[in-house]
Order: sequence, then structure tokens, then C-alpha cells
Amino acid sequence: MAYSTKVIDHYENPRNVGSLPKEDPNVGTGLVGAPECGDVMKLQVKVNPSTGVIDDAKFKTFGCGSAIASSSLATEWLKGKTVDEALAIKNTDIVTELSLPPVKIHCSVLAEDAIKAAIADYKKKQDSSAEKGADTHAQPTA
Amino acid sequence: MAVKLPIYMDYHATTPVDPRVVEAMLPYFTQHFGNAASRNHPFGWEAEEAVDKARKQVADLIGANAKEIVFTSGATESDNLAIKGAAEMYREKGNHIITCVTEHKAVIDTCKRLEKDGYRVTYLPVQKDGRISLDGLRAAISDKTILISIMTANNEIGVIQPIAEIGAIAKEKGILFHTDAVQAVGKIPFNVNDLKVDMASISAHKMYGPKGVGALYVRRRNPRVLLAPQIDGGGHERGMRSGTLNVTGIVGFGKAAELCRLEMVADTARLSALRDRLNARLHKGLDEIYINGSTEHRLPHNLNISFAYVEGESLLMGINDVAVSSGSACTSASLEPSYVLKALGAGDDLAHSSIRFGLGRWSTEEEVDYVADKLTNVVTRLREMSPLYELAKEGVDLSTMQWQTEGQH
Repeated sequence: MAYSTKVIDHYENPRNVGSLPKEDPNVGTGLVGAPECGDVMKLQVKVNPSTGVIDDAKFKTFGCGSAIASSSLATEWLKGKTVDEALAIKNTDIVTELSLPPVKIHCSVLAEDAIKAAIADYKKKQDSSAEKGADTHAQPTA
Repeated sequence: MAVKLPIYMDYHATTPVDPRVVEAMLPYFTQHFGNAASRNHPFGWEAEEAVDKARKQVADLIGANAKEIVFTSGATESDNLAIKGAAEMYREKGNHIITCVTEHKAVIDTCKRLEKDGYRVTYLPVQKDGRISLDGLRAAISDKTILISIMTANNEIGVIQPIAEIGAIAKEKGILFHTDAVQAVGKIPFNVNDLKVDMASISAHKMYGPKGVGALYVRRRNPRVLLAPQIDGGGHERGMRSGTLNVTGIVGFGKAAELCRLEMVADTARLSALRDRLNARLHKGLDEIYINGSTEHRLPHNLNISFAYVEGESLLMGINDVAVSSGSACTSASLEPSYVLKALGAGDDLAHSSIRFGLGRWSTEEEVDYVADKLTNVVTRLREMSPLYELAKEGVDLSTMQWQTEGQH
């Protein structure tokens, strides 16, 4: 199967590979997929508590080239977006940008799931720290 | 010496035609183009003579009599003819067939078709090393069993089944024994009498011959095997396979068989040394890599390795100047990995991480070193971006983790 030049570029020069500290209250982590399905994505966002903007995003992916490219692209897009803007990213946007063939659409779905899971994790952390009354961070406003 | 790219290391899929084979074939396209069934002129006689010679060459490679060779279009047709032909012919004797879960699709899907027609098929499991259990085989046999079909060597993992032992059991029970010997014939010693094989499927293009031609060995005595033809017509090939003979292809097949017979010992020694070199170099550069299937009962030119924490297709993408194949098929919503590797019980994640290397007549040391070094680099890079590798290094047991799959796979 021929990959698009954008998929190849992300595979060869993946953006934002790495990990953020999981325990940081401003970091949300999403881990989706399963090894037996052939793809697992870990996507992390770090939110600036005062602005609600995603300052940093990192990923690690076990999967085919399209899965790596989908998550790499997702981290690129996440940086600079507010949490709500991030939730508006659709898998079809990724499909279009990377020219994914039909058999690789599940890779983009997984990337969208990873974004949603990372943000859900971040929100959960914020809520629980608010409940504890130990909230030293402003809630994201956007 | 610089290696020439791309490198071909997928000799289980197909092989290039040996130039000596091409040379033998050439006159049969334009000069000696006759129909081997034309009995009344020299064009036909020449063609028939060439086919007879090739038949002998193929027979000699497997210790058979030339009359026991039925030429076909390839091993898929041979498998179909053997299994469907025997099932139909011996229907009154019984309706039970025994095969194995790691067989080629040409055998498995043929058996599945027969199941729809009322036959009963037992698909024997394999042990961790990829071989069937002989006790399991004995236990599966009933008085309705008419055929056992077990491949000689597996196309993915190169594991060699205990064919002589299976042949002895089949003989003792009076059951026909067919083997898909495509990957083995021409590569390792294979003698139909020593192995007590009644039918064997062979393909020319896996042994440096042309595509589109194969053979089915069909035993003529002790017992005399009868098959219901699956293609009707002019009654060629003792009535078992009608259709004008592919004379050019058959000539090439014969020459390829002769070369394999004469050069097998040297080829095997050279290829097993190269394979061991590839394996050693990979193990030197990488940890957590696992050979799939028996290392003892294995084709000399095969290596199948799982590179833990790295997905096969992304691995292939990183070595795109090397032709190998992966057990991972990330091409559908189901993401089914190789059924052969799954049958070994290695776990789906390792099946997704596998690469099959097939060496052959033109593989070199330089190629092996290039491939091993390139793979070492790519695996190292992909592991750095693998969440599974990170979790494993943190001490997390991946097999007990709860994975969030959203029910989509």
C-alpha cells in the first residue's frame, strides 16, 4: 500500500514524541487501543491553568505508519488550542489532512479517542482537586 | 561491496527464475511450440518429449516415478485436486478429513468448502513450536477418516512437520496422506517413499522456476490413489487434470527441479549459515525479540521473529528498501494478525510484531548484515515511541492491563 507523503513525513519525523509527567494535575493522559488489535496510542496534553490553553502535547504510539502519523498530527494540532477547541477535532479532519485510505480510517478514530481520553483525564483531575478544596489552579474558562 | 537496493528477502512468497531455467525454456516459446497432445506430427512429439523429460526431472527430485507426476497450474490447484479429488472419490468409504490450523489457505479453504458439502473436517491445533501432536492426530482418526492433509513446511514460520511419522500413522490406518510440500521440495530432502506420502503438492515458482506451473504427486502403487478430476476436458494427465499442457512452464519446472536436486546440499549449507548470521546479528543489537516456531525443525532459509512492542507494518515502513513480509495486517477494521502465529499461542501483540525473512539462492552476507543493522535501528527508534515499551520498562505487566478499545475492534 502506498502511503501519502504526509504520512511518510510524520512517520520519519514524528512531532512531539515523548511523555509528560502523569502525576502533574495539569497533565491529562489518554491511553487507547489494545496491543492485540495492533495499535495503542498514548496522548498527553499539558494545560496552562490560567488560560485553559494546551501548552504542550506529547504522544507515543504502537501501530502502523498511519497510526503514528495520526497521533503525531494530533499533537501538532492540540498545541495552542483551548480544551474545548481540542474536543472539536474530528477524526475526519485527520483523514483529510493525511489522505488516509478507507482501511486506515480506524487510525484517525483512535487518535480522536486519544484526544478525548486525555482531556477527560485532565478534567477529572481538575474536578477532584476542586472537590478537595485544594484547588490552587484556576479552572479553564474557555 | 555496496549492497544493491532494494533487497529481496521474501523467497517464501516467490523466487526469481534461475537464468539457467530461462535458457532451457526459451526454445519452447517459438521453435518447439507444439501441443504435447498432438500425436501425429513432429511438433507434438517434440513437446511431448520435453514434457516427459521434465516429468522425470520433477519425479527424481522427490524420489517418485515419472508416471506419478500430474502437472497443474500451481500448488493451489494441486491442493484442490488432491483434497477435493480424494474426498469425492472415496466418499463411500467415509467423510472425515484431518488437517491442521496452520495450513495454507489453499488447503484450509478447500476443506471449508467440503464442510459445506457435508464432509467433516478436524483442524488439529499446533503446539508452541508449530508442530502438530502425533497423539492428537491418532486421537482424531476415526473409521470415517479418508484423508490426512498436513503441510511439510509452513510458509510463514518454516516449521517442518513430522511427515515421516504422520505417513507411518496414515499407512498403518489405511488412510490417504496428502502434504502441501511447496515450501520444502527443492530446499530440504523430500522422498515420497521414505516419508510414505500418497500425494504431494509442489510449485515451480518457489524453487526458481516460472509461475503458473506446479504438480501433484499421486502415488500409483501401495496404494494406487484415484482422484475425481476437478477440471473436465480432453483427459490429459491420466485423466486427472484436463487442459493443454503448459509445455514451456513444465520445461522450466523440470530444469528448476534438476538444479535443486544437484545444488540442494550446497544451497542448504550456505543459506542456513546466512540465516544464523542474520539471527545472531539481530539478537546482538536488540533485546526482547523472539523466534516464532521451532528452531530445530525448520527450513534452513527461514527466520520469523517478533520484535516486542513494535508493530509489524510500521517496521516494514522503516525498512522500505527491504522486501520481507509481516504477520500484522493492519488493513482492515478487524486488524487480524497472522492466523499461523496466533495458533502458536504467542499472543496477538507478538503476532502483530512479526517479520518473516526468507533467504534464497541470491542472498548475500552483505544483504544480511544490511538488513540486520537497519532493522536494529528502526526497532530501536520505534520502541522509543512505543507506549508499550515504556509501560514494560516501568514494570507494568501488559498482559494483565485493561485496554480501552471503545468496542471498535
